[in-house]
Amino acid sequence: MALGSKQHISSATLRSSFDRRSVVIGALQGGLGVLLAARMGYIAVVENEKYQMEAESNRVNLALIPPRRGWILDRNGAPLASNRADFRVDVIPDRMLDPEREIHTLGGLLQLTTIQLQDLRDKIAGASGFQPVEVASGLDWDRFASVSVRLPDLPGVIPQRGYTRYYPTGPAVGHLIGFVGPASAEEYRQEHTPLLVTPGFKLGKDGLEKQFERQLRGEPGARRSEVTASGRIVRDLETREDVQGKTIQLTIDGPLQDYAARRIGLESGSVVVMDCLTGDLLCMASMPSFDPNSFSDGIGRLEWKMLADDDHVPLRNKVLKGLYPPGSTVKPMVAMSFLEAGLDPEETTVCAGGLRVGNRVFHCWNHRGHGQVNMSKAIYQSCDVYFYHFAQRLGMDVIAPMAKRLGLGQEFPLPVSSQFFGTVPDPAWKLRKYGKPWASFDTVNATIGQGYMLANPLQLAVMASRLASGNNLMPRLLLDKTPPRPASLGFSADHITIIRNAMNEVVNGGGTAHRAALPIQGIKMAGKTGTAQVVSLNVSSGKGGVWKHRDHGLFIFFAPFDNPRYAGAVVIEHGGGSGAAYPIARDVMTFLFDPAKGMDALHKLEAGWGGTAKERLAGEYATLAQEYGVDVPRAPVDVADIARAGDAEARAAAVAAAAQAEANVEAASSPTRIEGEP
Amino acid sequence: MSSIIPGPIARKPWGMLLPLTVLVCFGATVLYSAAGGSIGTYAKSHLIRFALFLVMAFIIARAPRELVKFAAFPLYVAVTVLLVLVEALGAIGGGSQRWLDLGFIVLQPSEFMKPAIVLVLARFYDTLPIAMTASWRALIPAGALLAVPAALVMLQPDLGTALAITFGAVVVMFLAGLPLRWFIGAGAAGMVIAPLAYLFVLHDYQRNRLKIFLDPESDPLGTGYHITQSKIAIGSGGMFGKGFGHGSQSHLNYLPEPHTDFVFATMAEEWGLMGGVLVLSIFFLILRWGTRVARNAPDRFSGLLASGMVATMFFYVAINLMMVMGLAPVVGIPLPFMSHGGSSMLTNMICIGTLMMVDRWSRRGGMVA
Repeated sequence: MALGSKQHISSATLRSSFDRRSVVIGALQGGLGVLLAARMGYIAVVENEKYQMEAESNRVNLALIPPRRGWILDRNGAPLASNRADFRVDVIPDRMLDPEREIHTLGGLLQLTTIQLQDLRDKIAGASGFQPVEVASGLDWDRFASVSVRLPDLPGVIPQRGYTRYYPTGPAVGHLIGFVGPASAEEYRQEHTPLLVTPGFKLGKDGLEKQFERQLRGEPGARRSEVTASGRIVRDLETREDVQGKTIQLTIDGPLQDYAARRIGLESGSVVVMDCLTGDLLCMASMPSFDPNSFSDGIGRLEWKMLADDDHVPLRNKVLKGLYPPGSTVKPMVAMSFLEAGLDPEETTVCAGGLRVGNRVFHCWNHRGHGQVNMSKAIYQSCDVYFYHFAQRLGMDVIAPMAKRLGLGQEFPLPVSSQFFGTVPDPAWKLRKYGKPWASFDTVNATIGQGYMLANPLQLAVMASRLASGNNLMPRLLLDKTPPRPASLGFSADHITIIRNAMNEVVNGGGTAHRAALPIQGIKMAGKTGTAQVVSLNVSSGKGGVWKHRDHGLFIFFAPFDNPRYAGAVVIEHGGGSGAAYPIARDVMTFLFDPAKGMDALHKLEAGWGGTAKERLAGEYATLAQEYGVDVPRAPVDVADIARAGDAEARAAAVAAAAQAEANVEAASSPTRIEGEP
Repeated sequence: MSSIIPGPIARKPWGMLLPLTVLVCFGATVLYSAAGGSIGTYAKSHLIRFALFLVMAFIIARAPRELVKFAAFPLYVAVTVLLVLVEALGAIGGGSQRWLDLGFIVLQPSEFMKPAIVLVLARFYDTLPIAMTASWRALIPAGALLAVPAALVMLQPDLGTALAITFGAVVVMFLAGLPLRWFIGAGAAGMVIAPLAYLFVLHDYQRNRLKIFLDPESDPLGTGYHITQSKIAIGSGGMFGKGFGHGSQSHLNYLPEPHTDFVFATMAEEWGLMGGVLVLSIFFLILRWGTRVARNAPDRFSGLLASGMVATMFFYVAINLMMVMGLAPVVGIPLPFMSHGGSSMLTNMICIGTLMMVDRWSRRGGMVA
């Protein structure tokens, strides 16, 4: 280049170099201009569609509106589960920039206690980041607004109006209805829809809430709104209303359910009441229970401690998952089997306090003996020897089919996740299960509801209702407008009357449960007591001492005795005998016929117990909070796990009951008491 | 024609002034929309500033050549002193500072340095004996003249302005006829030093910024957010735009700085590719006019001066447009005549005024000749 040679630099060469280099720079500038135009053309024309979509997705925010859950009504249309409009605050952990600071700020704004803050941190730690976690619901306007105005400082925090599931009777329906909660990571994996991670959305975790999830859920609404970069809503573009879930009407009588649950009081047990005409389940109470209202935001450490530490297993639905030796409550059923097999009800045997079967002596609960005993007396005095005697004559092949016809060992077509249906032993069953032939003492044990025999309280209630009505009643939980017409079981009307009268004598005559008589003129309740031994007599007499060793108390009943309208069963775990069960049956039936009188009785009792079940749960929580504060181990992350834990416990208990039944059979080989007592 | 229109008016460079006025008015329109349909927020002050600075440009254009030549070094020294002053005040006040608040006006001396460096270098090469153009004496003093202000601006720290100053200076040196191999050598050295500087000199955050520039999606909510949102704004505008006042990206605050650095994206969203082509065409017309002025300049000093001014304006336009289209990292450089902001308008109008001045010199020189 000319510039390279120093000698010839002159004004003219510099001028020409300036001109040449200007052209170069001008060309470069022009080239860059063309490049920019091309680049813009590429972005704006070729990639236009992509960027238009991105601009749209920037601008428009699609928010799902959780659907209002369908209500669950009792038979009279009163809500057992409803929705309450409220203000709530959720957080999405992934979107929080400084979680600890934000939690601290929220704690201050919402006035959360240290225990609530700890539970919140647990829930956030256990959530999978993108899932909303409930901070608080049921907020008043002031606290809600205080969070809303601080929103720019609280990324990931979502305050909104919503609905919270509300169970007016709380613990009374805990086991029956179940509860709702936010979707777990597992549930989200199974059902991968955005609704499940929408803040405020809850699905059924247990009980009927879970069984009828599809009907109850409804259709989510959607709100399309224009939002600024900081998330402020400029205007709503369009809103599609949610479609509320379907209402489900149960056969349950809400007040009766509540009454029965409260009447169980401090005991651990269950009450089932059925309609003798339709099979409608009016009441399926199982206590102690939990308050499903406090579960819907997840389970805190203290709540978990209350559940886990309680030896009355509040997580187990004892109506369906409690298995007990039915004890003497099977005697009317056995008597019916004898009648149908042709036994004359007036035929008698003499009870001298015991009977030799093979080379063993089986005692009657009354060691002094009942003397001359016919069928009626055998039922109302609960004489064991009468049943030992005739059972040997007529055999298990008469008794076992009758037990099954009346509902024992039966699984009912109910919308429940599981029911343990127990055992009705017969020779074929024993051979299959234990590889041993049936022995005469097995029959003897079965006639008094001991040995291998196990039943749940629902089956006992069904047995009572079928005996009382003579119809093949099926328990049902969903109310539909056409009442079922149950078929007759084909018993002779005389036989039904004999059983009814004998069971009436239990309560209203010289029987074992005279304190169970209804305090109502003109309505007589019939029943049958039962006591189920839990441990061998070597360990405990079953009457007192260690709670876990006391006998279960059972009672089946129906009323009015001559024209049965309602039937049911009460089982009190470790109640120390049937005396714990039949007063509850009496009060529940009193409430059914005369609510005011029933409530009077309950109020007197509750004064001694320290309030209603709901109040006692709240009190217990407060005491624990006082005592332990935040020094309690963590609760399981997923509430569904807790429901499963309840199942697992129930199954373990059922296995234990079966094992105990076997032990009792073994014990029967030695001449000790194995009698069904009142 | 010339008989009807008075001479002084007819002699004005209308081929540049008309497109420039159109561009400023278009800019005001975009700013009006960016402010959500408010004139007072940005558009009004934009137009007032333009009017004021246009008067200033006409005054600059009247300056005689000898005065400008005489004032070159004093002006340079004065601006450098101001830069030192800013630095000193910043050090006293604790923290970096770019502005000098004189009470009645807020001055940003680094802006004045852009035309000042061009002026002083043009003057330097004008006085340098022609024979020394290829010797070290053509390079070392010029390098020192550049290094002092560039270093001061870097200390502020303002990388964008430092680059703008350097670019203007290098173009003047290139056009002054310095040996080509020096530029090639410097370019080669730069290519060696750049990776080393990247690894050993730059801070983590600066490195991060470069990384994000290369892959904006890697940081969609941080610095990459600006580039991504700007591209969304331009891309969603399409051929004809979403219509005046309907740019969702700017109005809903997705676009950062919609009225300053990213004003082009704001415009492109509402006016589409057509608006972009209009803006590019006007810049082409203005810069072509400037280049012609430089080429027709009567002497070495005015030629270099005019070329340097064109280069300074070009640098603004090119870097800003490359940035909003995702071709350059985010450096805070506004788009001349469209972005809202007094400093950039002032600098660019000084450039325009200087070019008009050189234009006038060449006419007069022509007449004299």
